[in-house]
Amino acid sequence: MNLHATAQQTVGPYFSIGLAPLYRADLAPAGVAGDRVTIAGRVLDGDGAPVTDALIELWQADADGHYAHPDDHRGPVADPRFTGFGRVATDADGRFAFTTIKPGAVPGPDGGMQAPHLAVSVFMRGLLKHLVTRIYFDGEPANAGDPILTLVPPERRDTLVARAIRPGELAWDVILQGDRETVFFDC
Amino acid sequence: MHAVRPYRRPMAGTQPDHAFAPYASTAKRAPTQPLVLLPHTLSEITGPVFGADILGPDDHDLTHQHAGAPIGERIIVSGRVIDENGRPVPSTLVEVWQANAAGRYRHQNDRHDAPLDPNFSGCGRVITDADGRYRFVTIRPGAYPWRNHHNAWRPAHIHFSLFGRAFATRLVTQMYFPGDPLLPLDPIFNSTAGETSRDRLVSAFDLDTTVPEHALGFRFDIVLRGRDATPLDP
Repeated sequence: MNLHATAQQTVGPYFSIGLAPLYRADLAPAGVAGDRVTIAGRVLDGDGAPVTDALIELWQADADGHYAHPDDHRGPVADPRFTGFGRVATDADGRFAFTTIKPGAVPGPDGGMQAPHLAVSVFMRGLLKHLVTRIYFDGEPANAGDPILTLVPPERRDTLVARAIRPGELAWDVILQGDRETVFFDC
Repeated sequence: MHAVRPYRRPMAGTQPDHAFAPYASTAKRAPTQPLVLLPHTLSEITGPVFGADILGPDDHDLTHQHAGAPIGERIIVSGRVIDENGRPVPSTLVEVWQANAAGRYRHQNDRHDAPLDPNFSGCGRVITDADGRYRFVTIRPGAYPWRNHHNAWRPAHIHFSLFGRAFATRLVTQMYFPGDPLLPLDPIFNSTAGETSRDRLVSAFDLDTTVPEHALGFRFDIVLRGRDATPLDP
């Protein structure tokens, strides 16, 4: 069958009208098992100016490394309150923040495992299609052997790793352009 | 472990590039470093699942969310969500947002000198049925000016956001109206190189969707990425 996916178009500046009902800055309701972490940062454009109209979506496994999705054939997540979905917008300073639990390691290619990570989509005016990136965790020993991180040029890998600021608090920025540009994936 | 069957990569010309000079905002926001090819893992072939419990009773009818009816031409927008293999995409969330009939968004940053409508918010949400079908009732949005270039006007459009079955099938797009004279002038519409792909962003007037004595109908079918066929696939 000769079908191609519908072309993407920018989310534009007014996405909150349609997307705010599903804003979720806390991915893990109280009582969901796991180490609670807050990840905060800024979105900066090619001039280093804050992007005040960006939207960030998050997708992650639970603390056992299970996804709340039928194609994770290892069975349902332990706590049905955990959906793994987050959605936050940047504020007038280009800042965003969300709280979640650190995911467990999840299966990777060729029978191996991937280090704990969040899958991230970034939307904004000026992006004709969304950007895909990942958040890994500072100090995680499994990062060194992660099958996706090792595809990234070594000098750019740290753009995908949230830095530990204090216990339970991490910092991770989205740099759209330049020498410190965040690694974006062709997903 | 269960093998991961990846989603298809887009064919050249069917999707926009990140950098597109006629759309001025891409200049400081489109990535400049090469993207890193991401093999699809369990993280990309799974994605958020939403149930009907997140929807309100009038989320599908943007003309019925306030005390009165909004000003404008009432329309019905309906279609089918399928994947690249022609299979319906059931039970997936469709979020829409749009300007009112005067071309004004209910948003603090919209400074266009056109009236807000107290009876129109411009937000709709539905979940596709077992055949991938969806249906909204709304009003036809107006065109509006933007500052991309001299005398720039966006053609009338409705923003669509869909999840599909996986993180990899996420789609945000815009639906346009047939015969709009602004389409050939619009950098966002024209950001996709392939004419066939562009034209599929334009809805079709549809007499079968039209309800007598009530509202014109427009059909907008959406295709999400499909999984690669593999010889091992039963």
